[in-house]
Amino acid sequence: MNSKTLQKILAHLVPGIASTLVSAGEFKATIEIPRLNVAEYHRPYVAAWIETPDREVTANLALWYDLEMRDREGETWLKDLRQWWRKSGRSLDLPIDGLSRPTQPAGIHEVSVDMTGEPLSELAEGDYFLVVEAAREVGGRELLRLPFNWSKGKAVDVTMAGERELGTVSLKIENN
Amino acid sequence: MIKIMNKLIWCNLSKLLAFLVLTQSALAHRQWILPSTSIFSGKDQWVSVEAAISNDLFFPNHHAIALEQIQVLDPEGMKVDLQNSAEGKIRSTFEVLLEKEGTYKMGTESSRFFARWKDGEETKRWRGTLEEFFASEMKDKPEVQLANYRSRVETFVTSGAPSREILKPTGKGLELDFLTHPNDLFAGEKGRFRLLLEGEPLENGKVTIVQGNDRFRNEVGEIIIMTNSSGEFEVSWPNAGRFWLSASAEQGAQEVNGIQLEKRASYILTFEVLPD
Repeated sequence: MNSKTLQKILAHLVPGIASTLVSAGEFKATIEIPRLNVAEYHRPYVAAWIETPDREVTANLALWYDLEMRDREGETWLKDLRQWWRKSGRSLDLPIDGLSRPTQPAGIHEVSVDMTGEPLSELAEGDYFLVVEAAREVGGRELLRLPFNWSKGKAVDVTMAGERELGTVSLKIENN
Repeated sequence: MIKIMNKLIWCNLSKLLAFLVLTQSALAHRQWILPSTSIFSGKDQWVSVEAAISNDLFFPNHHAIALEQIQVLDPEGMKVDLQNSAEGKIRSTFEVLLEKEGTYKMGTESSRFFARWKDGEETKRWRGTLEEFFASEMKDKPEVQLANYRSRVETFVTSGAPSREILKPTGKGLELDFLTHPNDLFAGEKGRFRLLLEGEPLENGKVTIVQGNDRFRNEVGEIIIMTNSSGEFEVSWPNAGRFWLSASAEQGAQEVNGIQLEKRASYILTFEVLPD
């Protein structure tokens, strides 16, 4: 049983306990990497960011890639995260501190962002998208855009299902 | 010594032959310089490039573009070496190490003079420089006509963030002013460009765009666009892929030392449009 299912079950049984799983003032994205039955499998490169309705990046949240390869060779494939590379990656100094992680295996992964620190503390109220892009070597690419509203006192719980390279992606904001 | 002389003559002859074939075919076929990919991340990446004149895009099937005509410029405009190069019959290839961040330009640029005159019933042809023309007796031939063709064939690749230094128009011949960067083109979006002739916007200029892989289609499916009063045109990319853009301009005739000189300029670009 994965943690998400556990959380759902708990939410039904004991609402109080479930809410404590999401600590006070938390911004939490969950990204599922599907298990794929392919001849040659490489873990996907994944980027997650927040963008405005006119598609400008306001904050990078996560970047998973082969960051420990010799001669920074893993950066060669960052361009395959096409939209992220174009909108943000190509003008950044890599690796991005605090956001860069090695590629992750199939399963559900959490990206928790501190709401009291940058960039969220600086984020103006309004409509945004959580964007998650995944690209796999010798495989496909997929991008999901989850709409959310960022306002004081407003909770967010959005979920979207990927079709190929991403499983379920969700965003939960509590105690904003 | 004779051997060396022979070799020299042969070299020049073969170059001349290649040139003749090139100029003939340049008018009838499609020229292209195609990078293996146009967007790079990471340090010190290699790009592999093909250069050919063919009927199909982008399949070599006619003639190579001579390597000596191709120049690669880095984001600061400095010349970069072509490495691992080979000039085949139907295609030239080379690689370039992208050591700097920004946009590189690869291309050919030429200006050629052609003359035609009547020798009785027969039409004779000549080519060379303008100086050679006036220094020779060519100018006194019956019904002599002189033409100047200037052409550009180019492509761009970018390592890291795109830069604009190398995109600056030179003010010579026919060229594009990239309102949208050539390495920032995505399906579902529009690309905007301005066609310039001698650095001035060319109104009502005809631009033809063809997507690659036409070999696997029954229709060429070319996009034909006319430039507006400020020389601008906008393209909605039908889908992602490799594209070939071409434009040419007749500049009419002018008189040079009593001889009618007809001028024409052409421009060709290959580029990628990425999926959204």
